[in-house]
Order: sequence, then structure tokens, then C-alpha cells
Amino acid sequence: MRFHFKTTYDQDIRLFPDWWNFSLYAALILLLLAMPWLIDSFFLGEMTNVLIWAVAGLGLMLLTGQTGQVSLGHSAFMALGCYTTVNLMEAGLPFLAAFLLAGAITGIIGAIIAIPALKLHGVYLSIATLALAILADDFIVILDHWTGGVNGYFAPEIWIFGVEVNRWVNPAAWYYLALGTALFVTLIYRNLVRSPLGRAFAAVRDSEISAQAMGVDIARTKTLAFGLSCAFAGLGGALMGLFAGAFNNETFNFLISIQLLMMIIIGGLGFIHGAFLGAIVIAFLPQLLSMSTDFMGSSSIPGLETGVFGMILIAFILFEPMGLYGRWLKIRTWLELFPFARRDMFKRQKTYLKTERLR
Amino acid sequence: MEFMQLLLSGLANGCVYGLVALGFVLIYKATEAVNFAQGDFMMLGAFVMVGLVNPQFMGLNFWVAVPIALIIMGALGYLLDLTVLRFMFGQSQIAVIILTIALGFVIRFVAGLIWGHEPLSLHSPLALGDFRFGDVVLSLADLAVIVVTLLMTLFLWQFFQRTKLGLAMQAASQNQMAAYYMGIPVKRVQGAIWALAGVVACVAGILYASKGTLDISAGFIGIKAFAAAVIGGFGSLPGALLGGIIVGVIEPFAARYLPAGYSQIAPYALLIIVLVFRPHGLFAQVRVKKV
Repeated sequence: MRFHFKTTYDQDIRLFPDWWNFSLYAALILLLLAMPWLIDSFFLGEMTNVLIWAVAGLGLMLLTGQTGQVSLGHSAFMALGCYTTVNLMEAGLPFLAAFLLAGAITGIIGAIIAIPALKLHGVYLSIATLALAILADDFIVILDHWTGGVNGYFAPEIWIFGVEVNRWVNPAAWYYLALGTALFVTLIYRNLVRSPLGRAFAAVRDSEISAQAMGVDIARTKTLAFGLSCAFAGLGGALMGLFAGAFNNETFNFLISIQLLMMIIIGGLGFIHGAFLGAIVIAFLPQLLSMSTDFMGSSSIPGLETGVFGMILIAFILFEPMGLYGRWLKIRTWLELFPFARRDMFKRQKTYLKTERLR
Repeated sequence: MEFMQLLLSGLANGCVYGLVALGFVLIYKATEAVNFAQGDFMMLGAFVMVGLVNPQFMGLNFWVAVPIALIIMGALGYLLDLTVLRFMFGQSQIAVIILTIALGFVIRFVAGLIWGHEPLSLHSPLALGDFRFGDVVLSLADLAVIVVTLLMTLFLWQFFQRTKLGLAMQAASQNQMAAYYMGIPVKRVQGAIWALAGVVACVAGILYASKGTLDISAGFIGIKAFAAAVIGGFGSLPGALLGGIIVGVIEPFAARYLPAGYSQIAPYALLIIVLVFRPHGLFAQVRVKKV
């Protein structure tokens, strides 16, 4: 167990609390960079998929985990990011510029959409965003001049500084693209959480009324949270569509946004690690299931994936609401305190619900 | 005449939305949770009925099967509360939302395992006859849907306004701790409301299946029922029915008069407009919280 003897306030908000922590993450990044030499191209593709889900998951995490606003409509913003990227590329922009610009545009549109949505709380917000996700599907069909409608788009060729990024020709380049985006988004997220804005996000999540009393501008905070979250989701969506190779209105179905929400809950709501752990679960679960059904000798069962996913989620909400990362934190605390950990240390407090309804 | 025909078919569809929306509102009124699986409950209720009535399954008489299906779904609702939702007691609304979304996934999976993924149709005596008034045709199923929905709404509304249990349910949702102090067995009341929601979902399912074919994605009409419940204000039973009828009537008119592709947008666009301009529905029940 390590003790932190704090002598300055800056120590509280350092990117890494100590050298040990820093070296752990440095080792992790080195391992991720070396990945193309360690695993074959199939698993490299899976890793790319994990990183893409994690980027989109970080977007939703910022809104749901950090600011406490549940959105079931992030598939709409993922679609927006994807179609904006492709349209900008067709207009002649290089990929990297189109990609980042699409993220910014998605963020701005998200923030604009957030302004009327700010009046909504809890359940109403999630229903409104769910409606948005369903509408997005129809709008993609209607705006077929830009989106290709039901026929969809084939992903254009991607060139970054003279290197072709193609999933089949050089999967390593795709992997590095996804890894770079994931690191970029994680760094922004981490720095955001350390900044006053990130603290304001957490204050809004924990209690809007007390946040207001502390001088947090709720409307501004929520709008920014929505905008940033949508920007990340847009980047994730652009990668997802381009990685899939071909995409249409079905690719960004509203079920994707539900899956995204479930993913960050399984990973651990409110933790950066949670987005990555959840992405690992969501990307590898289908493989695991198909392998186990093969092993059992039965043919594939339709709907098995979502069914098992639902059961896992129910188990997590009932038994480990803090998700995989929360479980790890508990195990780590137990190890650090060994033999003095107490059984009821993490017991949930008894709570009672009160409403704001009058009749 | 065409106008009347569109209105009538919209009314009948709207009543099904209204019935599912009633399920949302019931649970919301009594537990302050939103059951995103209500549409899948309806689907399950319909499949239970199909399993009891259709000749390839059990082949019971329709009228014998109705009470059995209602009891099965009521028991299922109660068991679900007992085994899963009771652990969520006092937790935030959001956790319950996510839990019920997951429950919906599981229900759809289980129904697919038992009854398969092919569309089925219920052998219902309601699906046979129809009435003609001049050019307007009203099928027996549509008439049954409208009548049953009106009766259900009236009954449930009076139940909440008049009976002791109904009042206890409202008290339990508004302030759980205070309800405990007043001697209300809050957890048992919540179990009762989930059972009731199961029964309502089963009624909706039977009527839905009488109107047409049924498959496991039928539960997605729950999303339209959301629009209905939100338009009605989410805490109001007559509001839910009215919202359901509004959504149901808009649909056929949009399909008739709007260009293709735009028509299915109408209910969701209406939902978003209502949420933006009247965030708590047409029958608002929330005031600003004072500290």
C-alpha cells in the first residue's frame, strides 16, 4: 500500500498520482502499440472494434457517467458523425481533417439539440433521446441525397499522410487509427474531469439543486456535456461505419445506443476504465457465444446474443451496480487492506425515493 | 367516408397504444419507475394466449383461456417484482429504466425460444365478424379493443381515485419513507402493482393479437406507447388513453396524406414537440421543487 503525502493542491489533480501509476499506464500503452506484432490480424480487427466501441462509450460516459443525463439516442449522433465524415471526404477534404471536423460538427449539432432537451429530466430525457434515435433512422432514408438512404454507402478509401488505411490490406494501420483516436479522446476526457468544467459535470450529476446553489450554471454545463459527448460519439460512429466498410440506415439502429448504454454500465458508470472494459465485453461476447454454441454442437440460436447480454446486465445492476471497474476497485481495496477489510465496507446504503409529483 | 374509416382504424390502434401506455402509467404512478419492458410484457401476454388457444399448442377454448392467461401474466408480474425489482427498491429511476430494458431483451429472447420467430396469428373469435355502417367497416376486433380499453381506463382510474389500495399506491410512490410511517406495506403494494401491470399488458396483448399477426418484435410498439404516455403526462390514466388515441389517429392520416417516408415520423415528431413545449405532457403533474 502506498501513501500519498500531499504538499501542494496540484497533487490532487495530477494526471497520474505517482510514478508507479504512471509506469503502469506507460507499460499498457507500450503493450497496445506492440499489439500488431503480438496477435494475428483477426484479433487485431477485434481489438480495433473494442477501441472503436470505447471511443463511442467514452462519449456516452461523459454524459451519463459524469453528468448523470441518460441518453438513449447516441446512435443518432454516431450516424451523424459517420455521414458527415463521408460527405466531407467526398467534398475533397483529406480524411483526418474530415474526421475531426465531423466530430466538431456533431458536437455543435448535439449542443443545439441539447438546448430544448435541457428542460427534461431523467425519464423524459431518455424517452426524448430514444425518439431522436428512431427519427434518425427515418431521416437517413429521407435524406438519401447525402446518405445513400437504404442502399447506404461503401466506405471511401482512407489515406493518412500517404499511408492507405485499409482493413484488409493493412489491419495494423486501422488499429493505430482507432488506438490514436481512443487515446486522444481519453486524454481530453481525463483533462476535462480535472478541470472546473468536469467538477461542474459531477456536481450536476450528484444534485442539480446543490450544484445551482454552488454557482454552477446548470444549463451551460448540461449543454457543454451534451455537445462534447456527441462529438466523441460522432468520432466513434465515423470509425464504426468506416470500419464496417458499408453502412446504411440499419447500421446505426436505435438498438446500438441501447447497447452503448448497457456497455458503459457493465464496464462501470463514471470511470474511464469502465468504457474500455465494457467495450471488451461487448466486442468479445458474440465471439464467445458463437464459440460456445459450436462447442455444444447446436446450431446458432437467433437472439441469443441480446438475450445473454440482457441477463448479464440484469446481474450487474442487481449485484454490482458499479460495474466491472467498481468490482476491481473493491478487490484492490480488499487486497490493500488484507486482513483488515471488513465485509460491510461497500454495503449499499438504504435509500428511499421521493418524487416531485403532486397528484 | 374515407375520413371516418381512417378515424376508426386509428382509434382502434390508438386504444392498443393506450392500453400499453396504461401499463407504463400504472407502474409510474405507484413505483415512480418506468417499465421499458411493458411492450415486451404485452408481447409475452399475447404469446401466452396463443400458446393456450392455438390448436398446435394447447387448443383451449378462447373464453376459458382468457382468465388463465390473465392469471399467468399477473403471477409473472408479481414474481418479477419479487425476484428482480424488489432489489432495486429505493434506487434511482435510471437504474430501473436500464434494468427493464434488459428485462425486455431477455423476455424477447425467451419468447423466441418458446414460440419461435415466425409470425403467428391468434385463433380468436374476435377476428371473425365485422360491422358495416354505409361504407365504413368496423371489425369486431376493433370494436372490442375500443370498448375494453374504455372500460379498463375507467376502472383503473376509479381504482386509483377511490379505493384504499389505489391511494396507498399513490402515497408509496410520492414518498416511500412517509408511506412506511403511515403503515403502508410499500413493498407488497409494489408487488401488487406489477401484477396489475402484467394483467393490463395481457389484455393489451390479447387484443393486439386479435387484430393481426404477432411476432416477437411486437413489443416495439411500446415505443409508440411511450409517445402516448408522455403526451398524456405520464402520471395520468385518462391522459395515457387520450395520448394513445392521438398517436393512433395521427398515424393513418399521416400515412394517407403525407409523402411516403415522412409518415412514420409523425408520432415521434409529435412526441418531441410535446416534450419541448410541454415537458410534462398535456396533463402536467410536476411543479418546481422547492428546497
